[in-house]
Amino acid sequence: MTGLRLPEADAGVLARREEIVAALRGIVPGEGVIDREREMRPYESDGLTAYRQLPLVVVLPSNTEQVSQVLRYCHANGIRVVPRGAGTSLSGGALPLSDAVLLGMGKFNRVLDIDFPNRCAVAQPGVTNLGITKAVEHEGFYYAPDPSSQIACTIGGNVGENSGGVHCLKYGLTTNNVLGVELVLITGEVVRLGGKHLDAGGLELLSVIIGSEGLLGVVTEVTVRLLKKPDTARAVLVGFPTSEDAGECVARTIGAGIIPAGIEMMDRDAIAAAEAFVNVGYPLDVEALLIIELDGPEAECAHLLGEVSAIAQGCNATTLRVSNSEEERLGFWAGRKAAFPAVGRISPDYLCMDGTIPRKALPLVLSRMRELSEKHGLRCANVFHAGDGNLHPLILYDANKGEMDAAEEFGADILRLCVEVGGVLTGEHGVGVEKRDLMPEMFDEVDLAHQQRLKCAFDAEGLLNPGKVFPTLHRCAELGRMHVSGGQLPFPDLPRF
Amino acid sequence: MTDVVKVADEAGLVEAVRAAIEAGKTLDVCGRGSKRDLGRPGQTDWTLDLSALAGVTLYEPEELILSAKGGTPVAEIEAMLKERGQMLAFEPLDYGPLLGGAEAAGSIGGVVACNLAGPRRISHGAARDHALGARAVSGRAEAFKSGGRVVKNVTGYDLPRLLAGSYGTLAVLSEFTLKVLPRPPMEETVVLPGVSPEAAAKALSAAMGSSCEVSGAAYLPGPVAARIPELKLDVPAVVLRLEGFEPSVRARRAMMISVLMPFGGVEVVETAASPGLWASIRDVRPFVGTGARAVWRLSTAPAAGPALAARLAEQFKGETFCDWAGGLIWLLMPGEASEADKVRAALAPHGGHATLVRATSAERAAVPVFQPMEPTLAALTQRVKASFDPMGVLNPGRMYAGM
Ligand SMILES: Cc1cc2nc3c(=O)[nH]c(=O)nc-3n(C[C@H](O)[C@H](O)[C@H](O)COP(=O)(O)OP(=O)(O)OC[C@H]3O[C@@H](n4cnc5c(N)ncnc54)[C@H](O)[C@@H]3O)c2cc1C
Repeated sequence: MTGLRLPEADAGVLARREEIVAALRGIVPGEGVIDREREMRPYESDGLTAYRQLPLVVVLPSNTEQVSQVLRYCHANGIRVVPRGAGTSLSGGALPLSDAVLLGMGKFNRVLDIDFPNRCAVAQPGVTNLGITKAVEHEGFYYAPDPSSQIACTIGGNVGENSGGVHCLKYGLTTNNVLGVELVLITGEVVRLGGKHLDAGGLELLSVIIGSEGLLGVVTEVTVRLLKKPDTARAVLVGFPTSEDAGECVARTIGAGIIPAGIEMMDRDAIAAAEAFVNVGYPLDVEALLIIELDGPEAECAHLLGEVSAIAQGCNATTLRVSNSEEERLGFWAGRKAAFPAVGRISPDYLCMDGTIPRKALPLVLSRMRELSEKHGLRCANVFHAGDGNLHPLILYDANKGEMDAAEEFGADILRLCVEVGGVLTGEHGVGVEKRDLMPEMFDEVDLAHQQRLKCAFDAEGLLNPGKVFPTLHRCAELGRMHVSGGQLPFPDLPRF
Repeated sequence: MTDVVKVADEAGLVEAVRAAIEAGKTLDVCGRGSKRDLGRPGQTDWTLDLSALAGVTLYEPEELILSAKGGTPVAEIEAMLKERGQMLAFEPLDYGPLLGGAEAAGSIGGVVACNLAGPRRISHGAARDHALGARAVSGRAEAFKSGGRVVKNVTGYDLPRLLAGSYGTLAVLSEFTLKVLPRPPMEETVVLPGVSPEAAAKALSAAMGSSCEVSGAAYLPGPVAARIPELKLDVPAVVLRLEGFEPSVRARRAMMISVLMPFGGVEVVETAASPGLWASIRDVRPFVGTGARAVWRLSTAPAAGPALAARLAEQFKGETFCDWAGGLIWLLMPGEASEADKVRAALAPHGGHATLVRATSAERAAVPVFQPMEPTLAALTQRVKASFDPMGVLNPGRMYAGM
């Protein structure tokens, strides 16, 4: 593996591999334990395919009791564990470690309870995001967060990454749509947080589990909120001569009190790649393209389409098309949804970045990105969740020409730029290993220590998914030390954590 | 008398916490003091007064964000947002009147720390759903930040959301960044009068399960309805709020009338009366002015709410009403006794939790104010508390005895 520092493998664990495999077989029978190299290959990386690593062993439990026993065994024996859903993480959150059990949650694939009167569903973590909607759509309901990977990614992985989608400006991220989880701690203890009621009660631990990238516990059940599908959805496709104009259109729309279901922006390179791939009639003579989707009752969509079109005209729009059928609306989206594979066609490799910026900084960021593109000698196409400021620059490179390091440096520069203009390192893909070493750009030692101590409260030995999220591993005892200047610590007989 | 430590900036806050640690004293974290009687009664040494740590530090309407120092009056923030046609969409409830204090006296830090939310909780989430970033001082006397100032962010653990609802037991908020949203230009309330609790549950489910985008859904038994002047009713009623752009509200009103058809005829409240009606429900006005009688707040699966509310009222000879489409039950006991065990036993079959939000301090000291936890969760909660506040300096015992 190039460049990436991972925690040093525990030689003692590696040496005990056979014994560990046998013990795990005692917990998860049959094909639930995979130790042959060839069969472990499919698990060697996630959506961040630049990094690969075979795990110690793959374990595929099929119920909470097995998860609990596996974790209790690993905890008692000091063995690391990497939880995994579908392995589509773009930040390396599910990247295996050579001395760690890879805990695949794929067999947890059932929707356990659909409760329409309470507008919620209880699903096992291995159910795909789209699988939840499929299970409830016959009654006109759906699960709102819709990552582009929704046919593959799991609800457990969504909880791990706090995933979003193109509709999260209006409908929220995973965290706004999950009511409860069942969680197994590294000790094997099982806790339930929340349920069918709206607030979990007690400290809001559910909110830190969501987005914790598998570092705090293993999720074995998820209760999600269901929404009724809006009556209508219509989209408008608008081309602009400059990205400033497009940005202004977004600002004025929101300024007018309109929160569209989705606002996506693409730049010239992304438009060209998408159009060449799916041929949906995107204008090729514009610098920026917006897809603005409005949903709700027919009357509302019609009203807002008028408002949004007028705003767009006032922002120098050069082309403007309103969808008049479902087919046309899906056509507008087809190009955007195919942006990643479209870029994959014009470049052997690409890296998808995920910073968020205050929207007003967009023109500055785009022009600085053009400079960076020259500096690193690599092209970059931009797709952008424009409503919430979440950028997805796609850096084009060719690993066979040795461009990977340059691509990673370019990516890091973009993320530094996001932080510099008041934004953040990741809007929805997570920190994983990819952005781990950039964490100090956003947080100082004290900030990070407060987060790491929370980790210690869940997993004092740091056995769950180590090497992810935090740039340096500290021992919990060292983090827990109090530094009080002058004076003595009070209550000398109290236990110190 | 307890000593009062008044701080005006984050450095002062760090100093105050450090001084408390060094002197072996504990702190009652107090924004503007409007919710001091919420939670277990304190036995703290010093009061940490944050009222001077105030002011909106950033407001960018087009970015939908607002940052304010912890002690900033909520009223000031809401007025500022209103001027630009925006709002705190979670509709923070004002406990002032219910707890026998002044109206609109709370701080934003208090609203966040208690994770307050009003009727719009069902469509827009609680305070924590709007939490974007925090600067805070933990019980280690260290200032730290987390989250950010953009509306979409997953960098690191979501500590701003954890701090929301922690009742000041983990860290003192020095500055908080919230997502703000446009204020809907129009609201309207549809009333379904004369329904039994069972029919109410079904009607609420039907309304919430329709595409009417309901932003307030309550069930009010007769005597409670009678105490809300805007309603002009003295029979039990389901009330449903629709908000948005005018053409949309009109369309959804028509849709709602047909959704509710099987349950009976509906009425539409005069537009001007609607905001007052929902403010009453939000601030538990029907139970204001009942002295020190105990008041419970129960959170449960919505469909179970109306029937459970009726049973609780009968069992305890008290009064109840439901907000959050049935998922939030307010229970007024007949006297000062909270009957904690019995209330929780009645709730247990339906899941959820019960919080004693008003009671004499003797009663709040005697029974668990917050829902008791399973041992594993209790131990985890203890460890989380200790990770932020190992010496137990901040609001000790406010949520749970010994924590
Ligand atoms: C083509 C493509 C498009 C994408 N589009 C989007 C998008 O639009 N929006 C978006 O937000 N993301 C997107 N992603 C990223 C990715 O799909 C999401 O992060 C997704 O939620 C990961 O789910 P997964 O099941 O694949 O999880 P994995 O990748 O297997 O795991 C993700 C993280 O969660 C942890 N984890 C998984 N399951 C559990 C569990 N049961 N308990 C505890 N921890 C667990 C893992 O340890 C890891 O840290 C995209 C990815 C691809 C490849």
